[in-house]
Amino acid sequence: MDFINAFVVLANFVIVPGLAYGAQLALGALGVTLIYGILRFSNFAHGDTMAFGTAITIIGTNALLALGITFGPLPTALLALPFGIAITCLLLLGTDWAVYKFYRTKKAAPVILVIVSMGVMFVMNGIVRFIIGVNDINFADGERFVVTARGFREATGLAEGLAIRTTQVITVVVALIAMALLFWFLNKTRTGKSMRAFSDNEDLALLSGINPDRVVMVTWMIVAALATTAGVLYGLDKSFKAFTYFQLLLPIFAAAIVGGLGNPLGAIAGGFVIAFSEVTVTYAWRRVVSYLLPEDMAPDGLLQLMSTDYKFAVSFAILIIVLLFKPTGLFKGQSV
Amino acid sequence: MKKLMMATTAMTLIAGSAFAEDVTIGVVLGFTGPLESITPAMAAGAELAMAEVTESGLLFDGATVTSVRADSTCIDASAATAAAERVVTSDGVNAIMGADCSGVTSSILQNVARPNGIVMISPSATSPGLSTAEDDGLFFRTAPSDARQGVIMTQIIQDRGFSSVAVTYTNNDYGKGLADAFQAEFEAAGGTVTISAAHEDGKADYSAEVGALASAGGEMLVVAGYVDQGGSGVIRAALDTGAFDTFYLPDGMVGSVLNERFGSELDGTFGAYPGTDSPGAALFVELAEAAGFDGTSAFAPESYDAAALIMLAMAKAGSASSADFKDHVMDVANEPGELIYPGELAKALELIAAGEDINYEGASAVELIGPGESAGNYQEIEFVDGVYSTIGFR
Repeated sequence: MDFINAFVVLANFVIVPGLAYGAQLALGALGVTLIYGILRFSNFAHGDTMAFGTAITIIGTNALLALGITFGPLPTALLALPFGIAITCLLLLGTDWAVYKFYRTKKAAPVILVIVSMGVMFVMNGIVRFIIGVNDINFADGERFVVTARGFREATGLAEGLAIRTTQVITVVVALIAMALLFWFLNKTRTGKSMRAFSDNEDLALLSGINPDRVVMVTWMIVAALATTAGVLYGLDKSFKAFTYFQLLLPIFAAAIVGGLGNPLGAIAGGFVIAFSEVTVTYAWRRVVSYLLPEDMAPDGLLQLMSTDYKFAVSFAILIIVLLFKPTGLFKGQSV
Repeated sequence: MKKLMMATTAMTLIAGSAFAEDVTIGVVLGFTGPLESITPAMAAGAELAMAEVTESGLLFDGATVTSVRADSTCIDASAATAAAERVVTSDGVNAIMGADCSGVTSSILQNVARPNGIVMISPSATSPGLSTAEDDGLFFRTAPSDARQGVIMTQIIQDRGFSSVAVTYTNNDYGKGLADAFQAEFEAAGGTVTISAAHEDGKADYSAEVGALASAGGEMLVVAGYVDQGGSGVIRAALDTGAFDTFYLPDGMVGSVLNERFGSELDGTFGAYPGTDSPGAALFVELAEAAGFDGTSAFAPESYDAAALIMLAMAKAGSASSADFKDHVMDVANEPGELIYPGELAKALELIAAGEDINYEGASAVELIGPGESAGNYQEIEFVDGVYSTIGFR
């Protein structure tokens, strides 16, 4: 019986990576859910918006590094983040002005806007590749680890190591700050309240004198901030590659829908549900269990419920089950 | 009308017989599709050999060797079969240099080459399945089977004293084939594979895969993936969590980008990818440069060798008919005889005319074994001080 080692193994391979990945998905899903709630369509260009914001932030980071500015032990990219958010803001407002506004004034059906957003997605896809290329880019600098696996083993004398990367801590901390700011904004400020009113009932909101153009503009600005932050955190933690960001769209949408589209709290819960379901259901429990059981009862098999090939099937199975039994998602969102 | 048809038929017959001494070889490669970036150099390699033979004027007393290109698409079996059918029935090729990818190669072999009795030599199909495919003695390849790579991997890993390894592979024909070939060979040699888990390329997160691999344990991790894809992601996550610190890198994973991406974190990691220290490789690069293409491009040397073997076997048999020369491919490729390097095809044809044996070495150190496939030459690499370098050949 060795609870400490068992817990350390679990923390190292499941809890820590799951928390970081969940926070990244949650930030992405918040953006998707805001657009769905306020502008009333599923924005397929969200993954590529994240890629665009990250690409601009990488350029900013390189410029800062060229000037000799670093952020000490923290990644320099965090300093360049506001710059990335500002440019992404301009891109999204420009896209809205050039594309979405036309359909909004025509009161086009949501499904048309979805297809339009796919068109925008392909254009952004091209822009990102044009700006920064298709290759893998690693732009994390500063201290790489808070705790290294070897350092942890030596310091504690345990058999198992625990690694916590700086980027994982930053991801969780920044995600918490961003979420807190968002909820404060939506619940306490006048603009935030008008956004929620607009989301709940557009006609009543217009009647009470809320300026729809302003609501739309503020929404895109918040989405730009969330998408860029999510993209940069993900890129710092793993690496930046345009194609991977495009693929991120699937788990992000799964997270937003599981949590309840249009409900910010649901997006956060959904992000963690999807991340942990990917990591835990396909986890091989042998190491954990062999610490918990007496030595002679240690298992031979891997104790793996299903092979890691099925990890995407797991998150989508959860999605389907949630939609079957609670069409509005875990938290009350809008039904799809 | 009837007379006209008879006249044209007669004309065709005469025309056909007038050029009977000339040789055409079908170059069936994926000029569109996933391999479109390397197939132009492969075709150029094959056509370089044909031009060399034509210029020498020594094959069948001055036969001209012409190339007929066709698109295998690499992935669409029915398109590839149709293309091969066209070069065989309407262009009347004597042999096929191709195809490139394992899947289309196998469908052309079964649907076109065997029914028509046409020899085909593939420069790049590496699937182990082709070793045991029914081929009526018509199929050869100048690329090694991935089963061979499994053997090399087993040798290298066991020479270093590792007996228990975990395997992760990219979820496609290449990754799965290589992982299976390695596992069979490694276990037969007394080693243990603790887990063989797939990873998808280009995905967001690899912690689930690394968690399962780490739980299964093993002294090191074999990564049968792509260096620009998920393979690097798995290594990154494995290093960060301290799950593994030694890796084996097969051909798809060796690339200079590893040096900048991981550097000294990979010290002690080793692997192997195709390569030879035979002088033929350098000679071929020079010839290719003179002909205006890149001789170091993947599978270009193998393509030159495939075309050369077809023509030398024809010379040996004294016939351009596949049924006659298919039994001579192994003769010209292997010992005994004088070694033949790229650019020496004229010399080889002279020797054959004089009735002497040749051992075609070519650009890729050709040595055909078993069912007519390359024995395979690999260079072993190792990371020291953050960069990898070749430490030997196998």
